[in-house]
Amino acid sequence: MNKGSEPERLLIGVDSLPALPRHIKLRHDPTRNRWMILAPERVLMPDPIALDILQLCDGQRSVAAIAAALAGQYAAPEERILRDVTNLLQDLADKGVITA
Amino acid sequence: MSVAAELDTQPATALGAPLGLLAELTHRCPLQCPYCSNPLNLERAHDELSTEVWCEVLAQAAELGVLQLHLSGGEPTVRRDLTQIIARAASLGLYSNLITAGVLLTRERLEELAACGLDHVQISVQDSDAANADRIAHYAGGHRKKLEVARWTKALDLPLTLNAPIHRQNIANLPAIIALAVELGAQRLEVAHVQYYGWALKNRQALMPTREQVLASAELIAEARTKLRGVLVIDFVVPDYYARRPKPCMGGWGRGIITVTPSGRVLPCHAAQTIDGLEFDNVRDRSLREIWSKSAAFQAFRGTTWMREPCRSCEFRGLDWGGCRCQAFAFTGSATNADPACDKSGFHAAFTDVARSEAGRPAAAFTYRRPRSDRRVG
Repeated sequence: MNKGSEPERLLIGVDSLPALPRHIKLRHDPTRNRWMILAPERVLMPDPIALDILQLCDGQRSVAAIAAALAGQYAAPEERILRDVTNLLQDLADKGVITA
Repeated sequence: MSVAAELDTQPATALGAPLGLLAELTHRCPLQCPYCSNPLNLERAHDELSTEVWCEVLAQAAELGVLQLHLSGGEPTVRRDLTQIIARAASLGLYSNLITAGVLLTRERLEELAACGLDHVQISVQDSDAANADRIAHYAGGHRKKLEVARWTKALDLPLTLNAPIHRQNIANLPAIIALAVELGAQRLEVAHVQYYGWALKNRQALMPTREQVLASAELIAEARTKLRGVLVIDFVVPDYYARRPKPCMGGWGRGIITVTPSGRVLPCHAAQTIDGLEFDNVRDRSLREIWSKSAAFQAFRGTTWMREPCRSCEFRGLDWGGCRCQAFAFTGSATNADPACDKSGFHAAFTDVARSEAGRPAAAFTYRRPRSDRRVG
């Protein structure tokens, strides 16, 4: 195998532009009246904060911009929000739910 | 407050409606894997549901709360109407997952399925070694074709899962199987130790790994997960013959998954027909909603009220639901016993002994999966 073509772990930074890949669907489920993430062989239930973050992941906004948008919504220091958003998105990237 | 949100990754099974529909479109399959999850009595092509009935089943499933559709078989691509079924699923907002051996697909057909709205492709491989893989599937040239289909899947930008059933005759190649998944660009790899029901139970002696092999495979997976974090998600299904606690089979009977067989029988689990005395309703006679909520087969082992000791008073009863009903029936003669995989079961020592003794002997020849009329020992 060509070493150079090996896929690498996606690392989320402040300038990353996170988005949901085509095969991940964030969908409101009328039966259970909540939002669900549909992924290959998995259904994930985002909590309200994760949902707020995911709904801002449009491939246009940077992680920094997402954190800034949430700072207006949540009463917490912006650098802490940035850190928490980055950690959450890294976790989701490792699960294959986020691309950037 | 903190935005350190954690995703709840528990399956949403406690919400009263099934999340997943396993649609066994057909039992026809060109492969003859000796651990096939289909029943020993394979259903015939002329009994299969029509396109119209399948489309109606999908509509009923979506209405009932199903979010994910697993198109399985047999080999689902045998059905010429697969495109129509996928298109219907997409129009209903169901997440569609094609579980295929791949060997019958052409690139054009795969493109067509993608264009109809297929969300995800899962391709099985029998080994990383082509000759051994083809021997296990009893299908010449199958492995090479699967790799080709996997590459088309990536080229069409469809997400790919590789599924590798593991047993004593391929477990030594686990590192190479993981490498193959990375090389093919799969996002997910399912390493599933064979579960012993139906065909696999018939071939148990030829398939059962040793305890040491199982432990080594678990270590290897743990290492690979760390090394491949963010590159490949690895799901690992352990064999329960060497376990202390049973697996929460299907996430609990009648809790999260609904299975429809090629002829329309509705099952709480794809192996449920191995349990004597259960009667299954058919989608041709009753609605999916009615069957899910009221049918005797779904009610039989739902929740915990059917349990006897040691399950009834067990602290884990609401977590593992007593384990697998089919395994309890097959090994102990009663489906209301604890799964013998549990060390609280009086059958556990005998259960573990079977695995040890079978794994310690040279592997028997496979009994390949075949329809009853042309079955012979291979």
